This record gives sequence, C-alpha cells and structure tokens, in this order.
Amino acid sequence: MSQNTFTRVEDSPTGKKLAGPVGWLDDRLGLAAAGKKNLRKVFPEHWSFMLGEIALWSFVVLLLTGVFLTLWFDPSMAEVEYTGSYAPLYGIDMSAAYASTLDISFDIRGGLLMRQIHHWAALLFVAAMIVHMLRVFFTGAYRKPREINWMIGVGLLALGMVEGFAGYSLPDDLLSGTGLRFVDGLIRSIPLVGSYLEFFIFGGEFPGEIIIPRLYMAHILLIPAILLGLIGAHMLLLVYHKHTQWPGAGRTNENVVGYPMLPVYMAKAGGFFFIVFGFLALMGALIQINPVWAYGPYNPSEVTAGSQPDWYMGLSEGLVRLMPPLETTWFNRTWTWSVFLPGVGGLGVLFTSLALWPFIERWITGDTREHHLLERPRNAPVRTALGAAGITAYVVGLIAGGNDIIALKFGLDIFAITWVLRFGLFIFPVIAFIVTKRICISLQRKDNETLTHGWETGVIDRSPDGGYAERHAPLPDTAAYALTGSRERLPELEAETVHKSDAYGVRNPDYRKQSFRQKMRKFYYDGSVDKPTSHDMDHASEHLAGGGEHPVVLGDDFQGVSETGVPRVH
Amino acid sequence: MTTEIERTPGDPVADPGLQPHQYRPQDVDGAQERRTERQIASMFGLATLLLLGFCVAYFTIDGDMRIFAFGDPAEGNAFGGWSAQNFAFGTTLGGALLLIGIGIIQWAKKLMGDHEMVEMRHPVRSSDGDRSAVMADINAGIQESGIGRRPLIRNSLLGAVGAMGLPAIVLLRDLGPLPHSQAETVWKKGMRVVNDVSGEPIKPADLEVGQLVNAEPAIFFETDDEGHPVVHGHDLLAAKAKAAVIVVRMRPQDITPAKGRENWGVDGILCYSKICTHVGCPISLWEQQTHHLLCPCHQSTFDLADNGKVIFGPAVRSLPQLPLAVDGEGYLVAVSDFPEIVAPSYPELARDQKKLNEKTGGDA
Amino acid sequence: MALLALLALALLLTGAAYATVAPETATAESASSVSEVEAGRQLFVVGCASCHGLNAQGITTAGDEDEAGNYGPSLIGVGAAAVGFQMETGRMPMAQTAPQAPRKHVEYTQDEINQIAAYVASLAPGPARPSDEELNWQSVDKEGISEGGEFFRTNCTACHNSVGAGGALPSGRYAPTLKGVDAIHIYEAMLTGPQQMPVFSDEVLTPEDKRNIIAYVKTVQQQGNDGGLGGGGLGPVADGLFIWLIGIGGLVGFSVWIGMHGTRSKKR
Repeated sequence: MSQNTFTRVEDSPTGKKLAGPVGWLDDRLGLAAAGKKNLRKVFPEHWSFMLGEIALWSFVVLLLTGVFLTLWFDPSMAEVEYTGSYAPLYGIDMSAAYASTLDISFDIRGGLLMRQIHHWAALLFVAAMIVHMLRVFFTGAYRKPREINWMIGVGLLALGMVEGFAGYSLPDDLLSGTGLRFVDGLIRSIPLVGSYLEFFIFGGEFPGEIIIPRLYMAHILLIPAILLGLIGAHMLLLVYHKHTQWPGAGRTNENVVGYPMLPVYMAKAGGFFFIVFGFLALMGALIQINPVWAYGPYNPSEVTAGSQPDWYMGLSEGLVRLMPPLETTWFNRTWTWSVFLPGVGGLGVLFTSLALWPFIERWITGDTREHHLLERPRNAPVRTALGAAGITAYVVGLIAGGNDIIALKFGLDIFAITWVLRFGLFIFPVIAFIVTKRICISLQRKDNETLTHGWETGVIDRSPDGGYAERHAPLPDTAAYALTGSRERLPELEAETVHKSDAYGVRNPDYRKQSFRQKMRKFYYDGSVDKPTSHDMDHASEHLAGGGEHPVVLGDDFQGVSETGVPRVH
Repeated sequence: MTTEIERTPGDPVADPGLQPHQYRPQDVDGAQERRTERQIASMFGLATLLLLGFCVAYFTIDGDMRIFAFGDPAEGNAFGGWSAQNFAFGTTLGGALLLIGIGIIQWAKKLMGDHEMVEMRHPVRSSDGDRSAVMADINAGIQESGIGRRPLIRNSLLGAVGAMGLPAIVLLRDLGPLPHSQAETVWKKGMRVVNDVSGEPIKPADLEVGQLVNAEPAIFFETDDEGHPVVHGHDLLAAKAKAAVIVVRMRPQDITPAKGRENWGVDGILCYSKICTHVGCPISLWEQQTHHLLCPCHQSTFDLADNGKVIFGPAVRSLPQLPLAVDGEGYLVAVSDFPEIVAPSYPELARDQKKLNEKTGGDA
Repeated sequence: MALLALLALALLLTGAAYATVAPETATAESASSVSEVEAGRQLFVVGCASCHGLNAQGITTAGDEDEAGNYGPSLIGVGAAAVGFQMETGRMPMAQTAPQAPRKHVEYTQDEINQIAAYVASLAPGPARPSDEELNWQSVDKEGISEGGEFFRTNCTACHNSVGAGGALPSGRYAPTLKGVDAIHIYEAMLTGPQQMPVFSDEVLTPEDKRNIIAYVKTVQQQGNDGGLGGGGLGPVADGLFIWLIGIGGLVGFSVWIGMHGTRSKKR
C-alpha cells in the first residue's frame, strides 16, 4: 500500500478520462497555474480550526433553507383573514406575512422543518462565529499579517447579528413585533435625528406598512450579498496567508505542516458540511423553535411575558434592562440616555474594541514580526485575562437579558437580580481578569518546571541517609519544543525608561505619549514569567542526566505520570 | 523530512524536526482496510434508504398527525404533540446527511493518504524590487495624468464626484414623511372607554376593586354607514400603538392623586396609557394589591396609585394618565386626550410637551 | 354536632391550627345548606381564623401607613368562587408567610371545601362557583376558540405568557403556569382576582368570554408542540441555551473527532 505502488495518473483510467476536460478548461481559463499551487495546498490539522467552518456551513444551510422559505413567504403587511389549517387562529385578522408564515408551518409539507432548520442555523451561525473569534483571539492568530482578516471577521459578526434580527422580525408575530417596537424605541432615542430616522425607516409612525417589505429586502438580498462577499474575502485571505499552526516538532513560523486540500481537506470540509446540515436537520426535527402560531399576530396593545430577542441580541437587551433611568432636556430637546447608551452604545463599544484590539496590542508590544505560529493563551496572560473579562461582561449582559426567565425558573426576585447585575457588570469582569491572569502565570510557571525538571517518573529513590526523592526523566525534544516554540521572550522593560528631558535638558516632546505607552507595556507584561534560557536548559539536562545513578528505563510511549503515579500513555 | 534549525539564544529548545510517519491499522492490515471500506459504504447505503424514507413519508404522512407519548392528549398531560411530518422529514433527512458526512470524513481519516506534507511560507511582504517598481509605476501614472499639475481639473472633478452624494441622499427623502408631532392620540373629549376585543362600553359599577380592564377608545369599534370600520388596517395598528389604555379600580383611600388630578378618576377608577414610556411595550402586568404595573420587556415598574410614577427600571417618564368621567348613559368616557405624551421618548418630546401644555393650559 | 364543635374548640385551644380532622359523619348528614354553612364555620374557625379572623373580617397588621398590611385579608364578600380556587389548588391554607401562596397539595376533602365555601358565601353576596354550563369549554366552536385567543392575548399573556408558561413579577412574586390547571380554577381566578392577579368581573369579561379563553388555553395545551421538544414556552432564552449546549457542544464534539489523530499501528 505504499505510495510507490501508485500508477502514474496519465496511465490510470481516471487520468485518461480527466485529461480531456482539464485540458479544455485550461485552454480557455488557464487555471492550471493556479491549480498547481492550490489543489494540494497544505492545511494544518486541529479541532479548533474547524470552528469557523461550522459558521461557514451554517451560512450555506441558511442560504439553502432560506431559498425554500422565500417560495411561499409573503413579505406584506396587508391585512388578511386567516383561514388556514391552524384552528386556534381561525378567522383572525393578521398581516399577510404572518399568515404566510403559518401556511409554511402548517400547510406546506416540510415547511415547518425548513423554518426550524433555518432558525437554528441562524442561531448557530452567530454562535459559531463567536466561538471561532474567541479561538482566534485567545491564540493570537489575528497578529500580523492577519489583522485585515480579523476586521473582516468582526464585520461578519456584526452583519450576521443584523441579518438575524431582520429575519426574526419578518414573521410579524407578537414576539417579533415586540422586538420591532423595541427597535423603534431605540431609533427614537438617537439624539436629535431620532424622529427623522424613525419616520424614514418605518415610512411614517410605527408600525407603518412598509417595514417588513424593507427588512425582507435587507434580509434576503442586501445583507446576504455583503456577507457572501466578505466571507469570500475572508477565505481568500485565509488561503493566501496559509493557515496558522500550533508549534510542534517540524512546525515552525516558516512552514505549514498538514494534509493536502485535495483530497483530504476536500473530504473533511465537505463531510463536515453534511454533518452540520444533518445536525441542524435533527435539531429542526426534534426541538421546537419560535412557534409563531403560539404568539399570535402582532398587535401593539398585546405582549407576552418572557418577550426576548434571539440570544445574540441578549447583550443589548440585558444592558437596556440594567440601565437606570436617565433622560435630560437640553436645548428644548429630549435626550434619552437610558435607551441610547446601552442599546446602541453596548454593541458599539464591543465592536469598536474588537476591531481595534490587534492594533492596540501591537502598539503596546511594538511587535512588527509576522506570526504564523499560534500562541498558547497562558503565554499572553493579559490578553487572555482581558478576553476572560470581556466574556464575563458579555455573559452578565446575557443573563440580564433573561432576568425574568431566571427569576421565574429559580424563584428569585427580579429586582434583586437586576441590582446584583448592575454592580456585577463592573465588578465581575475585574475579578475574572485577576483570576485568569494569575492562572495563566501559574501555568507558565508549571511549563517552566516541566521544561527544566522533566517528567516525574513515579520511581522513588531512597538515599543512604534515609531521604526519599522521585526520579525525573527529561522531556522528549518534541514535547519541549512544543512548549517553547511559539512562546515569546519577554522584553526587558527596565531598560526602556522614558525621560521628560534628555541629558542636555532638552524637553522630550513625546514624553506623555511615550510614558503612557511605557505604562501600558508594564501592565501588559506585568507578572509574566519568561521561558527558560538555553543556559537553564543545559543546566537542567546536566542535572537530569544524574551523576552515577543507574538509569531508569522508560518505554517509547512514556508521557510522564499522573497525580497518582500511574504512567500516562499516548 | 527533518530540518534541523539552529538553536538561538532566545530559543531554548531546538526544533527536533518532523517526526517519522506512523501508519494506521488500515495501512498495514488488509482485513482492517476492507472492514473500514464496508463500514463506510454501509453508511452511504443507509443514507440512501433514509432519503427514500423521506420521500415515502412525504406522500404518506398526514399533515395533522401528531406524535404523543406518556399520557392522554385529551387530558392535556401528554408529552409531545409533535407534528409527525416534521419528525419524519427531519429525522430521515438529518440522519441521512449525518451518515453521508460521517462516512466521507471516515474515508478521509482512515483510507485516504495521510502523509503529512510540508509547505514553506514566504513573507507576505513583496520584495524591495517589486515595491519600488510599484511605486515607480504609481508615480509614473500620477505624473502622466498630471493630477498634481492640473489642480483645476482635479478639484472640479472631486467636487463633481462629491456632489454625486447629494442625489444619493436626496433620493432617499421619500423613505417616509417628515416627523410630525406625536403628541396627539385618537382620544378626545367624551370618547367612551371600551373593553378591548369585545368593544363593550364600561360602567363604573361593573368594576370591582382590584379589577383590570384592557381597554381601547370606542372609535376602534365604530363603523361607517356601510358597516366598514372607521379605523382599520395599518391606521388601526398605528393608532393602537399610542391609544391603548388600561382601566383599574383601587380603593379611593389608597390613591394619592397629584395636584390637579383629584377628579381624573371615578370612584377609584383610573385610566392609564398601556404603552410603556421606555420603548413602548404594552404593559398590563398589574399587581392589584401593590398597585404596581410591571413592563414585561425591561421591567420598568410604575405605581398606579401614585400617578403612574416610575419606581423601578429604565423608564424615566411616568405613565401618562387619561382623565375619566361618566357620560349621560353612565359609561366611562375620556375627559380629553392625554395631557402627557404617550409612548417612548423622542428628541422633540420636550418641545411637543411644552406646546401641549400651552394648548391645554395645564401644568402636567 | 355539639360534640364536633367541642372537638374543634379543643383543637383550637391546643393550638393545632392546621388540624384537619375530617368530620366524616358530618358530611354524611349535611343535607341542608344551613348545616353545611355551620359545618363550614366550624372548619373555618379551626383552619382559617388564625389569619382571616374569627368572623372572616381579616386581620390587619399594625405599622405606618405604608407598611400596614393584611395579615390575612377579609373574606367577606369574596364569595364561594374565591374559596374554591384558593383551597382546591392547595394555595390556602398557606404553609408559611411567603411573597405569594404557591400551588400545593390539597389538605381538605372536597366536602370540607364545599362547606367552607358555603360558609364564606353566606357572609355577604359574592361570586358563586361557575356552573357546569359555564365551564363546558368542549362545546366552544372554532370561532369561539380564536376569539378566546384574542381575549387571552389581550388580557392574560402579559403575565401568564402566550403558551401559559407563567411569568415573573416583582419581589419574588410570579404569575403561575396555566399547565394542568382545571378549567374551573382558571375561571374562578379570573372572576375573583386571587392575590396580585386583577379581577376580571363577569360584567366586563362575560361568562362566554371566559369560557372561550379557557377553550383556547385548553385547546392549545392539548395539541402540544408541533415543532418538537419545546423549551417550556420560555422562547428565545431556551433556544439560546439549546444552541450553545446542543448545537455548539455537539458540533465542537464532531470537530474534535475530525481533528483527532486516530489509532496508529506499530507494524510496518
């Protein structure tokens, strides 16, 4: 089965068959040059590199199921009397949009399944984008040269949320109408131009008769087209930059080690599409989502307890719930801060800081090199801790967005939850920052310990004077390299003090900027432990070699021992 | 494929290079290989069967068939009620897709060649030669165009292209009308307060202490000479979004009316806007004992015994109150439109409220 | 009868306020309504009076104007419907002071509840228990059900949620779920406005409207969830949990499997 037994392609039946079409295409498109480079392009393998693929494939599922839904959905707010087969709404006046959603759910075979898959895929799309983004963030994969791709990713996330919200609003049921009512209040709260935007967007006073057709256009044409373009650019850049990889034996900043696109990744990625689609189809078959028929048609004088947006809007929703009342009257105008600040500001701060982070970090570290090896989260303690603080604040917002459900299900006082979270929004992230940073530094210390002292063997020596000591075995080179390969050496901060003026008393014009940067550098590197030097390693290996002790024989598979002294095996 | 890289001072451990390839059982054991092959093929076969099952289900399962388990649907205590169609379509389709996906990946993992390959990276940055060539080209282009030497052309072109933005903005003007005052609702003097849905007028004697009525202005239920509703369709929704009210009855001694509001109620019956002043959700979570009204959207809480004042949550303005009276036939009617602006705040609210105060002469 | 009164009095004196001795003999012979009222009064004195007062006039706690409250509210004029609702759902007697009386196991027999209801109804005119005709929601036609839905969404969903899953209220109070609640208790709750719930009197929400509402709630509950496993009517919050736990969880599991280095053989 070794590769030497392969027949030459030209001689194989497939080769003979394919040569014709490939030649025909190349005569017209000249693709062979590009194909030569890319068909066998190497991708490194790691489970965390598939997270973005979940988002990609759920987007494809959204396109497929979405096209199916457009065949019957009627994006009109015209009033109709429902006569379809869902009896409890028989004879009720409703918009054509809602009636057609009911038809898709009850009178089109497979319509309910497609609606449910579509909605699950939408929730998954945003969730997978966030998980993928967290992986990129915590491993430093956004560093040069990938900053532009990071920003495209931030744009995709923002657009994905808008796209999801537009879709959530289309069925014109009581829940989606309540969501639109909230957006109306949010638009109104924009200082000075709020009423103008409201009247232009809704075509008059809320709810008007045109918002759903407009959202429909945005949902099925405008935003998907931009999403598609950005996804294309995202993937082209991925191919162009070549994927990052984890450090390991033979894997350096200058190469990429893995399997070829054709056939392995073609199969793995293609297979994963079927898995994502199949998984979503099963969710659509077994778990009910957005039962619009239960909510009833939108009516501005009705509301249901537990009115929530889909989860990705939970942050905005939660911040709006947490905000204490604040409204001012300036220049004979009303400024509604209690809606505007959390509703528009929360996501604004999130996306701005996400988009700027690579540049802020680069300004702090002054690192201008290209990075293709991933950094372990522990080796950038402040970055990791900031990420953890951000996640904590986000989760506080999400919990606040569901505070009524939490109060109901856990028998808590809804006002008490709100008060705890009002303070928690500021306190919990700080705690998360401190704890995460300390954990990272401890893990760095543990790595150093492993590097210099090797693995515990579980073999206990008793010395002539009665003392007990455990033998350590040196770490194999592969493992030691994996631990140190992408770990950055710390800069020497003491050498970089900034002076107000130089030795001749000339004022340093950039003093404030430089000293601020200096402070940020101290903050960024504070507490981090440097990796051992070559000297440390030489010293340690001498020590481990032992003087005159009889050697311990360890198998090839030996990977150290567990806490209880049992050898770990690969 | 082992590339020994020099150990630098910053690099305590040298790269040991790519490790020797390890083979899979399928690579060395023919029986194992054939077993894996059969396993994958049977996944694809099963997927085909499931997809056929999907088609059979499509034509055989009735739309109103439901799946119940554990319990009696008639009693309302059964688990499930799932649409049999949805269940059958989803499980067959999902199962087939999953099997196809797992089969393909299993093929890639177990049978396709799995020798790791190495590809070298190159700095993204182009060579200095390329860069200066590009700079030279750009310079030549700029020079030849004469854009630097001909500011008249350049600036007038920039002006013209900039002016293209104007039609683009102007074209959007007809997105909607200019905002008008949102201070008025359909309520006016003498309009009956009627029960929502049924449209029945309300007599004070019909209400008990602790009663809540979700009400609307009577005009929503009026019909013209030909029997068509006076307000309908979008106009009805837009009007409802501001005019919906709740009528509550409390013990008169529990109510502490603000100055000027002493006669806005009838025997402890008060009427408030149903539209939250925060972002406009309709509120009717009324606690009859505490007299608190909670908005289910963001938990703004208003005290109806205390002039609709905000006691918790993000809302700022009190819930507007509609002054009530009784008409000649003994039914509840509005004394006027709302003296305060209903619905969420908007930038011109302060101005509109001032105008409203001047018009009504009130100081609300 | 006298023996019974003596027994009740003795129990009261020993402080066993929750003693629920079932006067089996009394139920057997309580043919006339007068004796039913009297039997109800006996039970009331034993089980209810400690909070609601010996004559059901209620007990008010002392305190400033704002803090003074009902220890137990007056039951004069609440009618048999209120007793039926509170006692048949186990809400009364309360086990302890709480923001709200929860639904729990019923301690009294049906006859005892009827007697207490008769007693409370005899104090002053109040809402009577609904008749079988008023509760016959099975007879409501399609139009009636969807009209009931309109009333339900206008008056009920704000607190009880659109599938009747319940909702949160301030200070640990809540609107309870409507799942598994008998038609008569839904009816009586609307009629009497128990605890924080507002009253929906028959003049404003007619008996027919109430029956339609019940028909809608029951119909919707009976048909179950078309789309599959429901999130308990909790809407997008439950969906969000599902997509993170099941969706992301499951697919990350698949990713790990795809990226896993499989078994290797030492042979070659």
